[in-house]
Amino acid sequence: MPKLVSHPDEVRVLSRRFGQGATNIDKYIELDGYKAVQNAIAQGEAMPGWIIDTMKASGLRGRGGAGFPTGLKWSFVPKVSEKPKYVLVNGDESEPGTCKDHIIFLEDPHAIIEGTMIAGLAIGSKMGFIYLRGEYRYLLKIMEKAVADAYAKGFLGKNIFGSGLDFDIVTQSGAGAYEVGEESALMESLEGKRGVPRIKPPFPAVVGLYGGPTVINNVETIASAPPILLMGGEAYAKLGSERNGGTRLFGISGHVERPGVYELPMGYNLKKAIYEVAGGVRGGKKLKAVVPGGSSCPVLTADELDVGLDFDQMGKAGTMLGSGGIVVLDETVSIVEFALRTINFYQHESCGWCIPCREGTDWIKKTLTRVHAGGGSKKDVDNVQYLAENMLGRTFCPLGDAAAMPTLGFVKKFRKEFEDYIEGKRAGTPIITVDQLVGAGH
Amino acid sequence: MSAIANTIFSPELAARFDHLVTIYPMKRSALVPMLLYAQDEVGFVSDAVVAELAERLDLLELDVRNVLSYYSMLRTKPAGKYNVQVCTNISCMLRGGYEILDHCKAKLGIGHKGVTPDGVFSLEEVECIGACCWAPAIQINYDFHDDLTISRVDELLQIYRDGQGKDVK
Repeated sequence: MPKLVSHPDEVRVLSRRFGQGATNIDKYIELDGYKAVQNAIAQGEAMPGWIIDTMKASGLRGRGGAGFPTGLKWSFVPKVSEKPKYVLVNGDESEPGTCKDHIIFLEDPHAIIEGTMIAGLAIGSKMGFIYLRGEYRYLLKIMEKAVADAYAKGFLGKNIFGSGLDFDIVTQSGAGAYEVGEESALMESLEGKRGVPRIKPPFPAVVGLYGGPTVINNVETIASAPPILLMGGEAYAKLGSERNGGTRLFGISGHVERPGVYELPMGYNLKKAIYEVAGGVRGGKKLKAVVPGGSSCPVLTADELDVGLDFDQMGKAGTMLGSGGIVVLDETVSIVEFALRTINFYQHESCGWCIPCREGTDWIKKTLTRVHAGGGSKKDVDNVQYLAENMLGRTFCPLGDAAAMPTLGFVKKFRKEFEDYIEGKRAGTPIITVDQLVGAGH
Repeated sequence: MSAIANTIFSPELAARFDHLVTIYPMKRSALVPMLLYAQDEVGFVSDAVVAELAERLDLLELDVRNVLSYYSMLRTKPAGKYNVQVCTNISCMLRGGYEILDHCKAKLGIGHKGVTPDGVFSLEEVECIGACCWAPAIQINYDFHDDLTISRVDELLQIYRDGQGKDVK
């Protein structure tokens, strides 16, 4: 079972109910549950504007990884629509290094339901979907029970909280696909199809699920809505840094003493998060590199860690805040191996729809496999860089970028290590024991 | 009575499917979960499963197969009773995922996607299962096991071999 962790620097907004049995609806209610949605309804006709203004003031930015301002996203949905509008909650959490939604599903499922209702009320939707990756079956069970309990209390269904408004929630299971975490592929999957991306525009806020205007938010983003409405947008914004409101769940994994999911204010120093919050590098070893926000973020070297964990500061540092999954590598890791394992994932998960991504991931993997096996030439490093640069921005969805960006980070920042490896001077202790990694056969 | 005469599924699953197709604005939306739930019961997505799901959703069998081939958890051949899925993605890799994979290969005498001759176990190397902060982690069927050591893996395999493992469905 996932272990809960804590640290004095944590600011518990999203995680305040963790470990308190809030999967039980009565416990959730006792801990201020379903208050935010009732406060919203009490605004009467001003409700949609009140919710969106509060969300805008909170400075909340999408926790899935792109960091788009949530209030603004909700405001893009047309007020009047011939087709029904939908809320879609993205719990396809599959970005390597990321397990924060896992723990929200496990510890506070009603916060997700309440957040979905709030998003629905804000945009004038009557139906929400909560999509969980297929591997999260035990969490789907928890979610299904939570939804059933909310219906039993009359919180979902017809005339919610006497508002005269109806809202239904359907929980949905995926069946294994990273690509489905991309918003348009997610809609395809929910429509019973292969999870390949749609071209944008039109954006989901205008033409989304079943052709209707749709708001798609990550689980953590949605679960942040109830506490924001309760504390007020400005108060939430103040917890974080400039243009990056509030707190977020950071999953710190890899070579640290105390791995875990910690809730820290936006803008918290990365170095402090690793050395103080997560207890530093395991076994007193030296830190070599950090992948700061899930596997698609360009790597940071040990000298680049004095940076604040928010979307803007991480962008300035040449990487991304991403999904908040911080993976720490100690001195024993070979970057050649780590880069190969990373591209192997994207090659496996590329849906094959766009050629630059399908072919690019495959050829980078082939080249790095050869380098890893000892048959590489110096030209291979250039080739990998050339391939990755030609994938950037040339695909329907960001999976191509997600594969290219970390690859470029590895070969640019650790070029010497690749060249030394090719010359037979191998850094680190080998981890990968197989000659050929398992991947996709497109 | 199921909506389909001569359904291949248990009465419970057939009833569940009858309901599932009614809850979406478009019944095809039930396809992905139905494929997975059918696999949970039958063991894999057989030709008969494809035919019945197509009938239930008014789709061509081709449409069903097209979706089936996309999702990595869906299989068209039987796995072992307990499918051991070892994560070797980055966070698990750093904390012993490959050692666990190698150990399972040796212990069970099978490779990636292999099935033991007695049909009890199958083995799969999988991509990130979302347990990064509790690595290394594996899933046996749907059950998560994390913070593993080699000796804990041995214990787990024995627990499942003895039929005492959890089997989340």
